[in-house]
Amino acid sequence: MNLIKYLLVGFIFGVVLTKAEAVSWYRIYEMFQFDSFHMYGIIMTAIATGVVGIQIIKRKKLNDIKGLPIEILDKEKGTFRYWIGGLIFGLGWAMVGACPGPIFILIGAGFISVGIVLIGALLGTFFYGLIKDKLPH
Amino acid sequence: MEFITNTWHWSISGFLIGLVMLSLIYFGKVFGMSSNLRSLCSMTGIGKRVPFFDWDWKSQRWNLVVVAGTMLGGYVATHFLSSDSNVAINEITIQKLQNIGIEAPNSKLLPDSLFGKNVFESPKMILFLLIGGLLIGFGSRYAGGCTSGHAISGLSNFQLPSLKAVIGFFVGGLIMVNFIFPLIFK
Repeated sequence: MNLIKYLLVGFIFGVVLTKAEAVSWYRIYEMFQFDSFHMYGIIMTAIATGVVGIQIIKRKKLNDIKGLPIEILDKEKGTFRYWIGGLIFGLGWAMVGACPGPIFILIGAGFISVGIVLIGALLGTFFYGLIKDKLPH
Repeated sequence: MEFITNTWHWSISGFLIGLVMLSLIYFGKVFGMSSNLRSLCSMTGIGKRVPFFDWDWKSQRWNLVVVAGTMLGGYVATHFLSSDSNVAINEITIQKLQNIGIEAPNSKLLPDSLFGKNVFESPKMILFLLIGGLLIGFGSRYAGGCTSGHAISGLSNFQLPSLKAVIGFFVGGLIMVNFIFPLIFK
């Protein structure tokens, strides 16, 4: 199957985030204390690389691996969901020092206690699905 | 080997993360890790009762393979590519941590006081990790993405909604670290 390439991309992502220490609770704490440029540097370089890549894709109208034109969808319009959802996410990110990618990476690395964070994240996702229609978006 | 086992420079790391996102675009996909949480919920068959989970999650199987890859990458990087020089955070940060009773990293990625084996014996710590996870899961789905989907994918494509979400991430993080941590770890 063609799934091997996704395994490889994931593997690289896991190694990079671990070696960059972006999976480290300490690095996230340090970032939110503004004590180091490290995490800001990572995020800004990733965005800069992405901006250049996406501009090249759009201007040269590049095709994807299957030969179909690459289409990058815009995010849904909205306000409330982004501010409030973002704020809630930020609280959790700083609390346990992990976003969804690192949760999986850390479990793979053998930090069993992060399994509790994953259970929480699944419950949180489920809870959102349950009350989604009652929330302002 | 030292350049591999030492902490990777932010510029190299950021560049590679950008390439990860671009390769998924080239594969005709979207870079975003939190949607896997929705897929995992949907796999349980809960979609029969909650419409949000009644969707074609099987079309997102590729992303679960990415997840499997990240776990493997995390395993290899921590077991074979680590060194004592890792997690050299700012001395000022170490002092701030001392004030809230959390030990210095000493090359560890995670503090034992929050993630060590003995947290399983502390209801308070289990609750701490569970609530952290809840906020991440709920918040990322409400905001429609997390650090990968909004901060990296969205901002790279100049998406205003992503900018709002990322500002929200940082406001939330600053509130947690500056106002809530002092209450939790008095």
